[in-house]
Amino acid sequence: MALNVTDLRVYYRTLRGEVKALDGVTFSVADGEIMGLAGESGSGKSTLAKSLIRLDGRMRHVGGTVELDGKTMPLSDDTGMDRFRFREVSLIPQYSMSALNPTRKIGKMVGELLESRGERPERAELERRLELVGLSKDVLDRYPIELSGGMKQRVVMVVSTLLNPSLLIADEITSALDVSSQKAVATTLLGFRDRGLVTSMMVVTHDISLVYQIADTIMVMYAGRLAEKAPADVLVTAPRHPYTKQLISALPEVGVRYEDRRLTGIPGNPPSLLKPPGGCRFRDRCPLAFEQCAEQPPFAEVAPGHFVACWKAE
Amino acid sequence: MLKLDSVSKVYRVGAFGGGELRAVSDVSFEVGEGEVVSLIGESGSGKSTLGRMILRLASVSSGTITLDGRDISSIRDRKEYYRQVQGVFQDPFSCYNPVFRADRVFEMIKEQYFPRLGAAEWRTRVETALESVRLDPGNVLGKYPHQLSGGQLQRMLIARAVLLDIRLLVADEIISMLDASTRIDVLNLLADLRARGLGILFVTHDLSLGNYVSDRTVVLRNGKIVEMGRTDLVFGAPAHPYTRSLLASVPRLHAKWTDEVVEDVPCAYHEAQEESRTRPGLAEVEDGHFVACSGCAGAAAEEKKIKEKA
Repeated sequence: MALNVTDLRVYYRTLRGEVKALDGVTFSVADGEIMGLAGESGSGKSTLAKSLIRLDGRMRHVGGTVELDGKTMPLSDDTGMDRFRFREVSLIPQYSMSALNPTRKIGKMVGELLESRGERPERAELERRLELVGLSKDVLDRYPIELSGGMKQRVVMVVSTLLNPSLLIADEITSALDVSSQKAVATTLLGFRDRGLVTSMMVVTHDISLVYQIADTIMVMYAGRLAEKAPADVLVTAPRHPYTKQLISALPEVGVRYEDRRLTGIPGNPPSLLKPPGGCRFRDRCPLAFEQCAEQPPFAEVAPGHFVACWKAE
Repeated sequence: MLKLDSVSKVYRVGAFGGGELRAVSDVSFEVGEGEVVSLIGESGSGKSTLGRMILRLASVSSGTITLDGRDISSIRDRKEYYRQVQGVFQDPFSCYNPVFRADRVFEMIKEQYFPRLGAAEWRTRVETALESVRLDPGNVLGKYPHQLSGGQLQRMLIARAVLLDIRLLVADEIISMLDASTRIDVLNLLADLRARGLGILFVTHDLSLGNYVSDRTVVLRNGKIVEMGRTDLVFGAPAHPYTRSLLASVPRLHAKWTDEVVEDVPCAYHEAQEESRTRPGLAEVEDGHFVACSGCAGAAAEEKKIKEKA
């Protein structure tokens, strides 16, 4: 198992108390698995992604462990995490436009970055990797301002994977791109895994139909907890959690027209995570809710590789 | 109702404004009453510039935009125009001042447009408008922006536009910032408003959203119309290679991307009969389905012919 997360809890400190953004999350990602992580804003998906790389000043690691290739990661120890960052876990940030140093040429910046990690830059390897994402080696002699948004995104993708990390986290990397570049970026991710440059991947997104294109499994989060994890095909065609069911039926697709089939959204709003209600957090919006939902349902395996946190999903 | 006639927008670019950038060139289309027209394009296609020109937030470089036959730039009283045409934009959070209650957006409409109306009557009007966008007035009135969700804030902005009894709504990427579960409610709302006779220009980059709600579709690329017509025709039988490749890269839920290269088809514009080229640069391949030249060799040959004649 590449990644094992057990009962992870990460809270945000605010003036009004602690926001339980990630509240008891247990899952694993296998070697070679591309896991899509989907959820709405405030579901905790970005908090989960960030926790595995770096906790910022407001975040507090309250409990739970994260194991990567058998080694426990010291989440709250910022310097201790440096051994993992870039080599073992790497991140492609959401805003690659602002991730590059504007005063350095790309080649120089990459060189400095590698030196800071005690690695020697190999020009030939770097050029080969650029070619892999469809960039010419000339970009190394250019400044970030000379590249388009899609090109910068691809440069950052190359930089993030230079040291062949075991786990690559891609945080909403296609949200700011046009449909045609979305497809190119997503298939490049797939290529990284197929060529063995990264072992496994976590693709964070709010767009289920996009992640379905490349992911092996999809995990859905709701209000700081896991709702469902299943192989991508199963999750899209036969979801078991009522939230996933409603979410998927609310997605307009090419070919679905208002006159033919009126889609419906999910009534209500997610609960506040400042003082979340006990039991299942989807209870108030759920059409199937009954007394037992006052108790938190376990994230149980209902079929091989298919986990659901719902009392009604047998 | 609204008619655009070879509208262009040229921006001055470069250090001293020496260069020119044609953001929109020769765009003509109409929006009728009770009709949703979606304007689809990638970034830089000029779709937002068109929306801003219709809302008179940007000037028109050449061509005319008319509302019921009246050139909109000749309407002196802007308020009179904005009583009929209103816009809603992408980011609902930045449309509210966080210091004030969210319903201040309604008070501003009252001050500006209905200063003589009694408080009680105004309150009923606000409540009816909120109910028409399917919000519970008791739930949203008196709240601060941070207490409401993005979908609620966006629907309040639509309610604000509806208060004016408008005839045309320019909706510029109004769904992009919303979550999937609330997105569809706003889309259904647009469809309901259409049923009440409102014309809607729905600007989006997301093809599946445009397809769900619109009667007609205009596909833009680099400021030019590449294809337009009834939504079922444009999406069902796309004639331009650009529309085809856009459709092929849309992620779908029940079908994965294929590596199939979109096959080459003869340029629909040059295949069409001479007399079907009813609009400049566009050929009518089916009833009300227009397509531009795919950038084939035919265009260069024609130019040469014209030059030789000259």
